[in-house]
Amino acid sequence: MHERRLGTWLFALGILLFPLIVHSNYLLSILIMIGFYSLVCNGLTMLMGYAGQISLGHAAFYGIGAYTTAYLSATHGWSPWLSIIAGAIISAFIAFIVGIPTFKLKGHYLALATLGFGVIVYTCFKEFTSITGGMNGFFGIPSIKLFAWEFSNDARFYYLIWIVVFLSLLFSQNIIHSRVGRALRSIEGSEAASDAVGIDIMRYKLQVFVYSAICASIAGSLYAHYVTFINPQAFDAMLSIYFLIMVITGGASSIWGAVIGSSVFVLLSELLKEVVPLVFSNAGGEFEIVFFGVLLVVMLIYMPNGLTAAWKKITGKWRTSTTLSPAAKGGGGR
Amino acid sequence: MKRNGQVLLTVERITKQFGGVVAVNDVSFDVNKGEILAVIGPNGAGKTTLFNIVTGILAPSSGTVRFSGTDITGKKPYQIAQLGMTRTFQNLEVFTNMSVIENVMTGAHRNMKTSFLQAGLRVPSVKKEEKAVEEKAMRCLEKVGIAHLAYERAETLPYGNQRLLEIARAIAAEPALILLDEPMAGLNDEESRRLVEVILQLRKEGLTFVFVEHDMETVMAISDHIVVLDNGVKIGEGTPEEIYRNKAVVAAYLGEEETVC
Ligand SMILES: Nc1ncnc2c1ncn2[C@@H]1O[C@H](COP(=O)(O)OP(=O)(O)OP(=O)(O)O)[C@@H](O)[C@H]1O
Ligand SMILES: [Mg+2]
Repeated sequence: MHERRLGTWLFALGILLFPLIVHSNYLLSILIMIGFYSLVCNGLTMLMGYAGQISLGHAAFYGIGAYTTAYLSATHGWSPWLSIIAGAIISAFIAFIVGIPTFKLKGHYLALATLGFGVIVYTCFKEFTSITGGMNGFFGIPSIKLFAWEFSNDARFYYLIWIVVFLSLLFSQNIIHSRVGRALRSIEGSEAASDAVGIDIMRYKLQVFVYSAICASIAGSLYAHYVTFINPQAFDAMLSIYFLIMVITGGASSIWGAVIGSSVFVLLSELLKEVVPLVFSNAGGEFEIVFFGVLLVVMLIYMPNGLTAAWKKITGKWRTSTTLSPAAKGGGGR
Repeated sequence: MKRNGQVLLTVERITKQFGGVVAVNDVSFDVNKGEILAVIGPNGAGKTTLFNIVTGILAPSSGTVRFSGTDITGKKPYQIAQLGMTRTFQNLEVFTNMSVIENVMTGAHRNMKTSFLQAGLRVPSVKKEEKAVEEKAMRCLEKVGIAHLAYERAETLPYGNQRLLEIARAIAAEPALILLDEPMAGLNDEESRRLVEVILQLRKEGLTFVFVEHDMETVMAISDHIVVLDNGVKIGEGTPEEIYRNKAVVAAYLGEEETVC
């Protein structure tokens, strides 16, 4: 059996068994949070790690997914399933429109443009009060139902989000080991050479940007149905930067990086919530920002390819996975 | 100087200015199907600039380029590549974030079909296409003699092998025309001989080559036709024998070459 498939199925088994072994609602709620972020980071990893394009605006798509589903399901009584899909379609459309001018930019300019996009969308959440409820927030988002089955408690929601995460990871993994994945990676490798073999760089940048927007949108929608209350602050620029930190911490060139980075982030922020008040009695949320800022800098200096790469280095494997290893080919080579 | 054959590439009165510098100055020539054409000239003569114009990386200040009968001036590089023209680079442009064979498989991009959605859902055709392209890539690596390195990281290959890898990647696109920018630079004798063999073999299979090279021995040995640039101007054109007898060329280029080397 393929090693990469084996890892995927072991992961699935772990996810499946966890709630049967651990019965703490607190831990389940943490894992659900990790699930939302993993879904976002899965798309972002494809964009950043494989295609080499930065985005500092993905909280916007997370928010668009959340508000679209909230508005359609709570205000207009749509089935949440449909409103989640509607959110994904709207996010995809916006990503496409925004992507066309934005991906003409590179590096810092691209980062700034996407950051600006995030700020604009955040402002819309705040100002379009008739739809979003403005700073007062949006209340009463219904929970998701599948026939008579309602995803209302943590254990049920846990399975819902992780099934979605798992499917999106499979999707990404399939992309990576294909013509499309190589086209994406070639953009990071050398745009001049991608051009020279006939790869339409803009097209692939847009496709992966739209894909990452859809992932973020679905995650945001599911988040909205889970917490049932959202306000603009949940989707500010800081969240986009946290996404970036998660992707970099996990390692932008492995899809497992998405899950690992999200886990490390959520666990660390939970830990901070416990520890900080003990040390600084009057410290607020700013401490978290400083802490993760420092973490980002340290990661970039000492582990620029993230934890998964560091782990692979330790175990003597590569950073990038090949399509087929010689071993899997039965001696391949010549 | 009349050559027989079907014209594949036409460079017509191409001029390129960078500010005050005229890097290419009113250069015209034809490349026939199945031909090996060398572009020679001293450093800074405008050879790479000419390649960049032909492949669409740079827009010419004036002039036109025609490939297989279509005007490709102003087309994007990837569009030109999709028409069947690939190239290698003077300063290597290997995909360092991939394995050797993945580099070559990426070269086959234009003849593959898998779309984003098909890839993500891994429909049965994807698996078949992947297998076929991997075999094809392996054959390309065999042709240039580095098949035993297929599963190494491209980044770890020595300079000479990275050059061969770029050629394998260019071949994998199954182009009609390949442009090689100083393919022998950095190769040892053994590798150079191998590369000459590869080029001659591929020409037999119907490929056309345009290459820039400083190694005059190779140029004289394998070219059917030579274009000489100096200071952006075409100062001569002809068969290797004709070029050897051309006084202007010898004075401007070959003479200088001898003093340089
Ligand atoms: N992007 C650019 N901007 C300004 N000047 C340029 C640019 N590219 C090339 N030139 C100039 O154009 C002239 C031709 O350069 P080019 O690289 O085409 O020469 P070459 O024949 O390939 O030389 P070499 O044998 O050293 O590779 C040189 O004077 C160079 O400085
Ligand atoms: Mg040059």
